[in-house]
Amino acid sequence: MSRHVVATAHEIPEGGRKLVMVRGRPIAIFNLKGEYYGMLNRCPHQGGPMCEGLITGLREAKQPGEYVYSRAGEILRCPWHGWEFDIRTGQSYIDPGKTFVRTYPVEAMAGESVVKGPYVAETIPVSVEEDYLVVEM
Amino acid sequence: MNEIRSQASPDVAASSKVGVGDGDIHPARKGPKDFHPWLARRWQDHIEQYGSPGRQGWQAGPAYPKSQPNASRRDAYPPEGGRPGSSLEFMQAQHLDTNNIELGVLNPLGSGQGVMNAELSAALCHATNEWQLAEWTSKDNRLRASVVVPYEDPVASAAEIRRYADNPAFVQVLLLSRTAEPLGSRKYWPIYEAAAEVGMPVGVHAFGYGGNPVTPAGWPSYYIEEMTGHSQCQQAGLTSLVVEGVFERWPSLKMVMIEAGFAWAPSLAWRLDKHWKTLRSETPHLKRLPSEYLRQQVWWTTQPMEEPDNRDNLLDTIEWMGWDRFIFATDYPHWDFDDPAHALPVKASEAQRRAFFIGNARRVYRGCGG
Amino acid sequence: MSLLPKGAIDCDIHPSVPSVQALMPYLEDHWREQVIIRGIDELNSISYPLGSPLTCRADWRPASGRAASSVEMVRAQALDPFGTSVAIANCLYGVQLLFSEDMAAAFARAVNDWLVKEWLDKEPRLRGSIVVPTQNVEMAVDEINRCAADKRFVQILLLVMGDTPLGRRHHWPIYAAAEKHGLAVGIHAGSAYHNPPTPVGWPSYYTEDYVGQAQAFQTQLTSMICEGVFTKFPDLKVVLLESGFTWLPAHLWRLTKYWRGLRMEIPWVDRAPADIVRSNVRLSLQPADAPDAATLMKIIDHLQSDELLLFSTDYPHAQFDGTAAIPAGLPDSLVRKIAIDNPRATYARLMEKVA
Repeated sequence: MSRHVVATAHEIPEGGRKLVMVRGRPIAIFNLKGEYYGMLNRCPHQGGPMCEGLITGLREAKQPGEYVYSRAGEILRCPWHGWEFDIRTGQSYIDPGKTFVRTYPVEAMAGESVVKGPYVAETIPVSVEEDYLVVEM
Repeated sequence: MNEIRSQASPDVAASSKVGVGDGDIHPARKGPKDFHPWLARRWQDHIEQYGSPGRQGWQAGPAYPKSQPNASRRDAYPPEGGRPGSSLEFMQAQHLDTNNIELGVLNPLGSGQGVMNAELSAALCHATNEWQLAEWTSKDNRLRASVVVPYEDPVASAAEIRRYADNPAFVQVLLLSRTAEPLGSRKYWPIYEAAAEVGMPVGVHAFGYGGNPVTPAGWPSYYIEEMTGHSQCQQAGLTSLVVEGVFERWPSLKMVMIEAGFAWAPSLAWRLDKHWKTLRSETPHLKRLPSEYLRQQVWWTTQPMEEPDNRDNLLDTIEWMGWDRFIFATDYPHWDFDDPAHALPVKASEAQRRAFFIGNARRVYRGCGG
Repeated sequence: MSLLPKGAIDCDIHPSVPSVQALMPYLEDHWREQVIIRGIDELNSISYPLGSPLTCRADWRPASGRAASSVEMVRAQALDPFGTSVAIANCLYGVQLLFSEDMAAAFARAVNDWLVKEWLDKEPRLRGSIVVPTQNVEMAVDEINRCAADKRFVQILLLVMGDTPLGRRHHWPIYAAAEKHGLAVGIHAGSAYHNPPTPVGWPSYYTEDYVGQAQAFQTQLTSMICEGVFTKFPDLKVVLLESGFTWLPAHLWRLTKYWRGLRMEIPWVDRAPADIVRSNVRLSLQPADAPDAATLMKIIDHLQSDELLLFSTDYPHAQFDGTAAIPAGLPDSLVRKIAIDNPRATYARLMEKVA
């Protein structure tokens, strides 16, 4: 496992996202209310690019005719077939036990600690004034 | 703002080294004026004032709202703007090049088929056919066109088919599956006669509005029911084609059932055979078992591939039908797209894969090297 | 040939109303006289043309009169030769085709009373399905409530093609009544012909109509699942009658695939459609549309359940020769499930003592 600096924190505002390459793998990074989550940019179904999906809330129902809405901004729909995934955990909604998209921890770190290392900064020049997003892979 | 500009995905798993045939690609217009070079002024004015409604209630859009805008993949919007499928350059980069498509059959939707005004329907269909030539097949020699016809006017349809008899860019006649009467009805026979005469298969693509409720028990509530229901609509159309004797009458006619999956076919064949044997006094014009007509004259595009929990079950289905019955298709740029790298998750020999992904298409479509 | 075990339960036979005259004693005064004033002829649905080779197997066709129209005929042809212990009578007199709700309700009452007096009272092996006027759901529920006290009624009979898809909410009082009384809901082949009998219009041939029944069952299954009937009524047992069954795996694969991406439209469907079918839906055996035993076993494997099929002869329709109602070549354990265990598990009322 190694830690990779992929972006500055302010590149991804709340509700935003960015696609980065880490060790040859495309990782989509999301900012949910100031917390960062990384996910492999490949839907487990047929490989659709998750980073291009729509972020939505969750609708559930105990009874027909109900649309109980919650978790606004926390669900990602694959841009192809619309499978729903929890951005935080990568679990699919329809089969959380077996079907999930691979996730990676992402942390925002102050420039000072990043500069000290040991981090792989693939394409990002680092400075002590910024905060950076670090993916663990 | 969540939207990201898309690029051809560099991380799509490498497709087979064998080139792929795609039996169902949907080119789209950039805007309503795209057809104007081939659409008489009076029709341009007519559309502006009265629209071009089919047999359903909305001025624009489908009877059941789609699950995604334009029923398309969200990553299929061209970087320069416009609807998914409207940019040849982007289609080349994202799909044709990336997925190694060496033969792509265009099935243009929203082309005037099923429009209530019969003359307008014919005018729009013809404009669509010329547009395919001018903007697509003349610019990328992997692409082939379908003769889009105003099928509720079969005489006008036959004329449109014969118009392109000698143009090798056109490889198939295109119908939609939800017709006003079942596809085998005598009403539509001039279409089959013309298609057989010019040597083109007839492709039957899911959708259309014939004015009938989309189930035989009335209108369902949900889009998911409509989507699932394309399987039943195509079964009904195919049953009609067999029982009315269309395949018997035109033994060289080929039909391709497009975009309704295929796993429903074996059961339909068994059921047709079983009950036809009991009821054969009703149909003396049929000289062979219904399943024989299906095995000899009908093909199925593969999308949307059915997905059993146990993937090997799909192998049973394919073997019941025969590896020679399948024409791979992606339905690009629609949302229920099948990616060629992932679509056939079963053990198959090289010869079987070749037939599935390109060989059958080359034999079925006119002049495609088979 | 697979042998039918003793005590088989036949889940689909069709005693016929010999003529409208037979119903006259069971119609109220107004309706009895309407039949005479208006010359109302038989309610014969084109779903089963009287003379067609499928409507009645040649060796079951009487010299005169309607097929399956007497208890004696049914005993001799449908019950005794198969060693059947119980047979469920589904009367297909065309009540559902009428447009007048009141007339339909009157005829439904008459058919049900006739079934009790002329059949259930005379032959203890018989059970019945309640014919209901689906034209008016309140009236249908009234009829269910009226008949349910007689425990020999084990099921409510609906046609597979009515005015609107059966999953739609306005039908739900029928399912509530089924749940309340412990009745199964039987959906049988046939149409009220208030819609074209195919989703692409009216066919030319009866062969198309009959083959097309399978597609009607597919769309109805879609409707009942997607509308959440089984969420609202989790213990409801629905039986597809004379539907065929080899179409079911492919249909479930397709519906499940779409559900994975379109769940947002129907969030109350919280488990895979295939799981719902395995718990709540059953299908009668005839017409057995598998070409051979090996295929039938593959279909059962694809369905991942051997509990779905219920033995039936579909008497007097012509679906098999002789007494070969069970397809040849099936393992005995499976035959026993189809013939006895699965029907018992499906029809709660079969196990009740009847007076």
